Amino acid sequence: MKSYDMMELAARNLGQSKLRNGLTTIGISVGVASLVAMLSLGVGLQQLATKRLAGSGMFDTVFVACKVDARGWDREEDRKDQNLEKAPALDEAARDKMAHLPYVTEVEPEIRVMGEILYGGQTHFGFVTGLPMSARENEAFDSLQGKFFSRSDADEVILLNDFAKELDPKDPKTLIGKEVTLRYGEHQPLAAGAQASGTPELGAQGSGSNSNDDYGFSVVRKTQPLKVVGIIDEEPYGGMRTVSRGRIFLPVDLTEKLNMAQFSDMRSPLRGQGKTFMTLTVRVKDPAKVAQVQDAIKHMGFRTFSVLDATKSLRRFFTVLDLFLGIFGSLALAVATLAIINTLVMAVLERRREIGVMKAIGASDADVKQLFFAEAGAMGFLGGVLGIALGFAIGKAINIGTGIYLHNHQLPAEPVWILPAWLIGAAIVFSIAVSLLAGLYPASRAARLDPVQTLKYE
Amino acid sequence: MNPSSGPHAVQTENVCRYYPMGSAVIRAVDGISLTIDRGEFVALLGQSGSGKSTLLNLLAGLDRATSGSVIVQGRDLAGLSSVELARYRRNDVGMVFQAFHLISSMTIMENVELPMRFAEVERSERAQRVRESLERVGLGKRLEHRPSELSGGEQQRVSIARALVNRPSLFLADEPTGNLDSRTGEDILVLIRDLSLSTGMTVVMVTHERALAERFAQRLVFLADGKLISSQPIPSTSSGQALSPKGEQDGAPMRGLAGSEEARA
Repeated sequence: MKSYDMMELAARNLGQSKLRNGLTTIGISVGVASLVAMLSLGVGLQQLATKRLAGSGMFDTVFVACKVDARGWDREEDRKDQNLEKAPALDEAARDKMAHLPYVTEVEPEIRVMGEILYGGQTHFGFVTGLPMSARENEAFDSLQGKFFSRSDADEVILLNDFAKELDPKDPKTLIGKEVTLRYGEHQPLAAGAQASGTPELGAQGSGSNSNDDYGFSVVRKTQPLKVVGIIDEEPYGGMRTVSRGRIFLPVDLTEKLNMAQFSDMRSPLRGQGKTFMTLTVRVKDPAKVAQVQDAIKHMGFRTFSVLDATKSLRRFFTVLDLFLGIFGSLALAVATLAIINTLVMAVLERRREIGVMKAIGASDADVKQLFFAEAGAMGFLGGVLGIALGFAIGKAINIGTGIYLHNHQLPAEPVWILPAWLIGAAIVFSIAVSLLAGLYPASRAARLDPVQTLKYE
Repeated sequence: MNPSSGPHAVQTENVCRYYPMGSAVIRAVDGISLTIDRGEFVALLGQSGSGKSTLLNLLAGLDRATSGSVIVQGRDLAGLSSVELARYRRNDVGMVFQAFHLISSMTIMENVELPMRFAEVERSERAQRVRESLERVGLGKRLEHRPSELSGGEQQRVSIARALVNRPSLFLADEPTGNLDSRTGEDILVLIRDLSLSTGMTVVMVTHERALAERFAQRLVFLADGKLISSQPIPSTSSGQALSPKGEQDGAPMRGLAGSEEARA
């Protein structure tokens, strides 16, 4: 039988018992809808998480640390690196080398020091953080009041809103444009004989047993006038960095110029090294090149970390989530499959005589089988299309629902449910495949019918 | 294999069809040897359970013999695969039934078209062939109606048209008049006889109405308990008359009359 004849006969047969076939098709569509809704929820959540990470501006970033400092980042790596004594130091030379790697745009130290802002005769304590100019792109600056730094070494400061409120509880906004004074500790190499004179207000020094004394340094109290240029609500790179929350933001080059003493500077005299960085943040021109830059830096003997690594485990999580959502979604489709089998078995029983007639006038067993397959496939296709429409509606409802929920919690609405094009195609193909599978038994039962029995005069 | 090479249209040799029934075996057809010539009109007669319908199903390729052979136009049906047997049914055999067995959800035209779907006849050809077939059985109108809207005689004409549409050489009728009143039944037999004469196709009809069989068939074959009892040619005085072209002309106005009567019924 030609395929268009088969399609036509299948369509007419389906039209014969519209209610029953319609209900079965709706059953399939509910199954497909639940599968589609579940899977696209998984896709949506994954995209949401990825977008959040992308918004944090970290997809083009590699964090670099000396292997000694990076113990615990990656246990497997730790096991590989047994001889940490020989690990290269993350110093100015290494930084310079990294800055000259291809695709690298910025290599900035992470600066986070304790400081005090003097304003209106009061002293306010806070952590001072250096920000590179590229931080302007970070989503934290979406809420920026005022302006960003004019230059990367400008004597300017941006304050966290909470901190600004401490300075001026009534109207923090009026701080913008005003001058404040930063008090900080400056890192100074030990002057010759300084150790003996004991002049530093706060001293850190080597063990003194040998020539390692040179590695000690002084911390000297200094002040720096700064102009408040902006106020932001959230700390840039918030969740990704160290424990203490930065509240006072300076251009990173200014922080370096001021040579602020950091906690991590304490490591250098202990290890007998000069000035080294705890971590360096390497910014890459193109996120696609992150892996390449990361490899080059690893090759230099440092430990690296990028969001690429984080997304790896994230992707694993979402694969498992998708699997579970898929299993739950498939349950409804499994029930629908039973409905197809039931409907077609009923149809075979009802159309016994008709099947016999068709065989008597020349239909082969294969023709009969294919006819039932075509009917199953048609129900699967219709159910798939309907199911996607229904799943789409469910997804929209989920989005609207979460939108209202987020709004009630003063959060911006985000789509958590996204229907990708591939899922539309896959759902229809899957629906047809499942229906054909369900048609297997009824179709072979129809094909096996003995025409002599079915045509007996009753 | 060439249909014109064999001397007989149908030849069965010691054909048997047994059914298991619990521990017993039903011998529906029990060693029948029968030869039917090309273009012959044979009536199979016997009580119910005599095996005449089973024999007809064996000739139709709807059933397979337990033993013995059924040779139609030189082809042994036992040697055919189920696909070949289906092709044999659709191309070489036309079959009508007591209960007409039209598909109630399809229109008259669609019913007649159905065998051509299985035979993969080109679409463009079908409408013409449907019309031709229906005209041959005296139905030219109400082609879009459903079978249930027609009288019994008309329904049987539709089923004859369906049987003819793939131009079979063997026409099998299982009690074609069983559901019709005697007048209408007679009209149907006139039609079948005329078709046999005009197309040269062989007709095998199962019936238990001996009087009708004597009037239209050329030979009566009597069965009992699955065995052939006797095979009696009808002298040409009664049925031979009908073979003349004159008889065919007589049939035509009668058909028209019968058709209009049924339409009113």
